[in-house]
Amino acid sequence: MKNLNDLVNPLAESPSRGSSPLPLSKSSPMPRREFLKTSAAIGGGLWIAAYVPELAARSVSHAPANASVFAPNAFVRIAPDESVTVIVNHSEMGQGIYTSLPMLLNEELEADWSKIKVEAAPVDAAYNHTVFGLQMTGGSTTTPSEWERFRKMGAMARLMIIDAAAQKWGVAASECRVEKGVVIHTVSGRKATFGSLVEAASQSKPPATIPLKDPKQFTLVGKATRRLDTPSKINGTAQFGLDVRVPGMLVALVARPPVFGGKVVSFDAAEALKIPGVKTIERIPSGVAVVADRFWSAKLGREKLKVSWDDGANANLSTTQMLADFSKQSASPGALAKKTGDPAAALAGAAKTINAEYDVPYLAHAMMEPLNCVVDLRSDSCEIWTGTQFETVDRANAAQVAGLPPEKVKINTTLLGGGFGRRANPASDFVVEAVHVAKVAKGPVKVVWTREDDLAGGWYRPMWHDRFAAGLDAAGNPVAWTHTIVGQSILTGTAFEPYGVKNGVDSASVEGAADLLYGIPNLQVDLHSPKIGVPVQWWRSVGHSHTGFSVESFFDEVAHAGGKDPYELRRKLLDGQPRMSAVLQLVAEKAGWGKPLPPGRGRGIATHFSFDSYVAQVVEASVEKDGTVRVHRVVCAVDCGRTVNPDIVKAQMEGGIIFGLTAALKTEITIENGRVQQSNFHDYQMLRMFESPEIEVHIVPSELSPTGVGEPSVPPVAPALSNAIFAATGKRIRRLPIRAADLVAASEVKP
Amino acid sequence: MTSFYLNGKSVSVDEDPSTPLLWVIRESLGLTGTKFGCGMALCGACTVHLDGNAIRSCVAPLSRIAGKHVTTIEGLAQDLSHPLQRAWIEVDVPQCGYCQSGQIMSAAILLKENPKPTDKDIDEAMSGNICRCGTYPRIRRAIHRAAELSAEKKAS
Repeated sequence: MKNLNDLVNPLAESPSRGSSPLPLSKSSPMPRREFLKTSAAIGGGLWIAAYVPELAARSVSHAPANASVFAPNAFVRIAPDESVTVIVNHSEMGQGIYTSLPMLLNEELEADWSKIKVEAAPVDAAYNHTVFGLQMTGGSTTTPSEWERFRKMGAMARLMIIDAAAQKWGVAASECRVEKGVVIHTVSGRKATFGSLVEAASQSKPPATIPLKDPKQFTLVGKATRRLDTPSKINGTAQFGLDVRVPGMLVALVARPPVFGGKVVSFDAAEALKIPGVKTIERIPSGVAVVADRFWSAKLGREKLKVSWDDGANANLSTTQMLADFSKQSASPGALAKKTGDPAAALAGAAKTINAEYDVPYLAHAMMEPLNCVVDLRSDSCEIWTGTQFETVDRANAAQVAGLPPEKVKINTTLLGGGFGRRANPASDFVVEAVHVAKVAKGPVKVVWTREDDLAGGWYRPMWHDRFAAGLDAAGNPVAWTHTIVGQSILTGTAFEPYGVKNGVDSASVEGAADLLYGIPNLQVDLHSPKIGVPVQWWRSVGHSHTGFSVESFFDEVAHAGGKDPYELRRKLLDGQPRMSAVLQLVAEKAGWGKPLPPGRGRGIATHFSFDSYVAQVVEASVEKDGTVRVHRVVCAVDCGRTVNPDIVKAQMEGGIIFGLTAALKTEITIENGRVQQSNFHDYQMLRMFESPEIEVHIVPSELSPTGVGEPSVPPVAPALSNAIFAATGKRIRRLPIRAADLVAASEVKP
Repeated sequence: MTSFYLNGKSVSVDEDPSTPLLWVIRESLGLTGTKFGCGMALCGACTVHLDGNAIRSCVAPLSRIAGKHVTTIEGLAQDLSHPLQRAWIEVDVPQCGYCQSGQIMSAAILLKENPKPTDKDIDEAMSGNICRCGTYPRIRRAIHRAAELSAEKKAS
């Protein structure tokens, strides 16, 4: 992402440690900063300018004809028909944000919840993430980012509406209250609906201060509330990027190189152009675009297209070779990420030492909706429709390719058929490519990726190797822990490098390892970041997706080596960590830790701190004679601070567990001769209904600020499962995905 | 020209007979509730009903559809009154929602053939439909709930 000069220090104010993709730590100054930003600007017209950018134009198009709307800020609009439109600046990709953020706003606005509608925000600085300073959705940070702002925007609107009613009635605003979208003069009982006050409220002055409710007064936040987007998702009306249709729109597929970094030498389009409906076939920077009047023609055309490729430098790339190389590299220490005490001396003096190496593969995000992007490129404008998590970045990158200033690029964010990080691409790969296609298509065009394109398209979760050594004292307690990590850096080479890479350590590579919560006195974590020509990217839970597995599995090995119960040792070493300790004890109690199980079944436990949330899980599993793993039950406890919508928190825990089990049991991207070996869901298999376990989620009640929810349930499930398999069979899993072949012997030898 | 019935209405399209039904429905006839996920009948996102059976429309050539009745998610009940839709709302099943049309269309055939499915029946009928968001536990609950709602409807 070299084209982001116009993003002035997009992350300059983000703290230096914490979660990925870019850190949002517990000490984040977000609420204070948001308050300052709001209060400093109050009192002048500038304030409204800052918060109501492109609003006027949009209001006209969405409001009933000839009617004015009350648009006190960029986040809410109230119409005379009583409808309340909440403009949401984060993308809905399943995590429920089109419900949670309106809940926050309406907690203060107090409109009739049944009148709430949601609209995706346009791209504008007013909608920037309050910590990261760009418009984006990721890092499990939406609720933390908007926790205060959305309530303030709702409160501001309510105060202005009350003011309008009070003036109309000639009474004091303090004598008025709001109930379900109706202002009531408490003394006289006079009433006026929000809709009837639209014009008057539009004349109200913004309040000088915006006090917020005491959380004890919350009536909506904290209550399980049904999602606003469910109806449209069960009758076919929900609009995803792939569903967008623009008049005159063409459809394009792109033939991309079979090896990462490959180039087109030449191509022969003669046969492809004979396919009815194929319009144009042209070279673009990422390959050859086949533009047709419909999908099927483009697909048939691409099949007939003959391209000669120069495979380039990655022609011999092999993940088998990388496995061996990574292991070799991990034998020597890398860039230091964390050091406490004297690990070398402690290891040397330990009563017992154990060593282990762990491997996890490249993984594709495999969202159910394959990537797609619609572009309407004109000489002086560029309009884009796509499901993206990265509006500001995409706009800057698209503008560069279009040769237009960013403000001439309009992005319409649609619903996302899954994101998991893939739709927050630092290079905006799928958007930039679509703008290139639009240049040759000479008309509005939708670029569609097939499943094969998606799985072979790169931008994977990196392949990782983790090498551990631990020293135990005579009583079996760990006194030394060293961890060498090998894997590609996600941030290096992107615009985010200055903010996330320090002294050769990418924070996204060592998160979950360098910030270990267990009290081990001598600790070292170091990192090798080999440069490999496979594009990598954040994938639901980012670095935690490998450290969760390796750290919590090795911790289990340490417990067993010392003759300790894995739960009891965790409890002991979490002595100074009250929140994680509480989560651990809750999950153990709910799972019946230590209680007898049916024959053949094992129980495994794991904890993981990520995105400022605390999660612990217990898995019950068994292994069949043919090595097939059966996951029977997963119990999950989470402390994510105050919950906005507890049912959505539960859904995210459930979904993250299934996502993590898929990685544990099913998926890997392998590369041989530079070519990705997987192509569709037959060889990149997802967990299915018959493999889906019973899942129980328990939320620790909390009055602390909300923390991440979308990702934190992913990291602990693979190690909890592996630890359960060890308990059931005595076989230690050190490589994902878990292979039946590795377990066949295990299930037979276990008494 | 190929003619068939889509959600009860007669439609005619002029397309290559090898074109999969999925793209005919989505692009030529403009009903986008049926989704593209894999193109190989592996994920179930494109599930529709053909003469009362669940099929994967991404691999069903138009030539096979002539004269037949196709029902898509749009033809189930736009007013959300179908027991499956009511149950889906009650349980709040969808996350990203992309696979849910296919899930519901598969579940509809299951309930038609088996009004009171067991967990095992659900496993068998629904394992052709992938959900990457991991809504399986809720889909299971919602199918059981829809079975109850259907039974109540019949009883009343």
